[in-house]
Amino acid sequence: MRNITLSQAVNEALAEEMRRDETVFIIGEDVAEAGTPFKILSGLVEEFGTNRVIDTPISEPGFMGMGVGAAMTGMRPVVDLMFGDFIFLVMDQLCNQAAKTHYMSGGKLNVPMVLRTNLGATRRSAAQHSQSLHAIVAHIPGIKVALPSSAYEAKGLLKTAIRDNNPVVIFEDKLMYQDKAEVPEEEYCIPFGEANIKREGTDITLIGTSSMVQVCEKAAEILAAEGISAEVIDPRTIVPLDEKTLVESAKKTSRVIVVDEGHQSFGTTSEIASRINEKAFYYLDAPALRMGAMDVPIPFSPALEDITVPTAEGVAENARKLVRGELINAA
Amino acid sequence: MSSSSANLSNESIFRMYRQMVRIRTFEDNANQLYLSAKMPGLTHMYSGEEAVAVGICEALTSDDKITSTHRGHGHCVAKGAEFKAMFCELLGREEGYCRGKGGSMHIADQSNGNLGANAIVGGSLGIATGAALSSKLRGTDEVAVCFFGDGATAQGLMYEVMNMAALWNLPVIYACENNGYSEYTKTEEIAAGSITARAEAFGIESHQVDGQDVLAVNKLTEELVARARAGEGPFFLELMTYRYHGHHVGDINREYYRAKEEESEWKSNRDPIIRLRGYMIENGIATEAEIDAINEEVFKDASDAVEYALNAKYPDPSEVDMHVFTDVKHALA
Repeated sequence: MRNITLSQAVNEALAEEMRRDETVFIIGEDVAEAGTPFKILSGLVEEFGTNRVIDTPISEPGFMGMGVGAAMTGMRPVVDLMFGDFIFLVMDQLCNQAAKTHYMSGGKLNVPMVLRTNLGATRRSAAQHSQSLHAIVAHIPGIKVALPSSAYEAKGLLKTAIRDNNPVVIFEDKLMYQDKAEVPEEEYCIPFGEANIKREGTDITLIGTSSMVQVCEKAAEILAAEGISAEVIDPRTIVPLDEKTLVESAKKTSRVIVVDEGHQSFGTTSEIASRINEKAFYYLDAPALRMGAMDVPIPFSPALEDITVPTAEGVAENARKLVRGELINAA
Repeated sequence: MSSSSANLSNESIFRMYRQMVRIRTFEDNANQLYLSAKMPGLTHMYSGEEAVAVGICEALTSDDKITSTHRGHGHCVAKGAEFKAMFCELLGREEGYCRGKGGSMHIADQSNGNLGANAIVGGSLGIATGAALSSKLRGTDEVAVCFFGDGATAQGLMYEVMNMAALWNLPVIYACENNGYSEYTKTEEIAAGSITARAEAFGIESHQVDGQDVLAVNKLTEELVARARAGEGPFFLELMTYRYHGHHVGDINREYYRAKEEESEWKSNRDPIIRLRGYMIENGIATEAEIDAINEEVFKDASDAVEYALNAKYPDPSEVDMHVFTDVKHALA
């Protein structure tokens, strides 16, 4: 099978969906000729024209709100938010408008809109271009949240997102745009709410999201060399969340670490760990452990930034302690 | 009335009169439901501003889109809604337009192009502008009208979307209902400079119009809608109007920000319904008896609808997690 980058996978997903459905269009800052700062959309304006790849002024709430209105009236906008951090600028349009329209209208109005944005630290971009804010969106009922962990997921989840009749926010890890993975030539979609068991194991379950799936896989390699068998699971979407697969794995291994790049407190790791503690309590040898980003604004200096996010070594070290029983009652 | 109605049919004038009376009557009944503690929550009365919603919506088709505000009952009626489903919504009943999930502040007959009443001041400016973008992308001639108040001109979103609407010649009409008050504060204390100048700065053609003169509002809107359909949009209207009640029904003792004399001056001398009634009689369009008959019919229609809604079913508790997502029957099941 061929290998393509995550960036190419996103580009392919958009091109395929725009060819399939003429109501799909892209709107955002520097999406047309510039193809975004990450060059993800290069070539699309040449194929689809400026009516379907629409460059906007730097007005995030404005074009986000227009996406909501277009979605309510027969279009399927893919709104491009250059950095995930800018989501704070569009919170009213996303959380008060898009998320609630279907409910507040008693099911009469739909908002089939995708918000494509990114997450991820260690790009030396400091506190306003490095955050992983998916938990804040996932907190609001009415929005689906997808977190692709490779080029394969990025393509399949984005195609599903575009076909979904609800608002979907998809967060790509901005450090993974050039990472390659096997992506089939033939068309495919990845259903929401179906976790992917990346690696089977028996001693501990490592649940990772987005690029933290790779961190968990590396940790599993380290642990395997020491005779510890780790299962690695990628939920792929956190709304909807495939709770069943996660809980079953927890029951099987009796130990769980949840790894995610959002801030640890009140975050994705807290939510998943809490559900496992509630649903698999009597099967666990220790409380499910959270490993999120440190509860500090992301610092600029590499010496500081690198210690704010979970690493494979850190995950492996906590896994060893859990397996040895050291963290029991200490989470 | 100040405007000529040379091109306006009597049928249209009758319809506008009737729609204004329907709005006033709906609001009078809603106020009574609040005062008699039969309505959950609060509501914001549109009474006094009827000519704005009616004059504008008379110029629209049911395919044209509007977005409405927390003071949205008038827009809802004017865009074609029925009393029964409106009162049911106001009282949180299953047969309401939003199945009781929206209430007064989100009331809308979605089947008539009403994209919802919005309880975030200025929150629908993006939605209306997006509906206009959608109209253009889909190759239709639909126009979108965004109703908002003078208070919303203080929100940044307005400037972002007016900029894009002007850049892309979108078929959107920004209808600023200037009722003189931004909640409990005089507009002149919250808005520096002129309101129409805000739109003019983007090269958007702007008009200030007497919002108590339904014929003037309708005449101007008819022209602008036709031009918007022809690709000449966007446009901006500042409609000078007045709200008879407080910010909401509970805002009763309001002399600290507004004098009673001012209220009675608007009610006695500038009321849009009294003015149109006078015009119709003076010009031989209707007799007193015909107008009284319309009023009676509307009053009865409203009291029947109130009675119906008071006895209508509440939604089943199982509906609480329905309509969170389009494709999941019960989000928490």
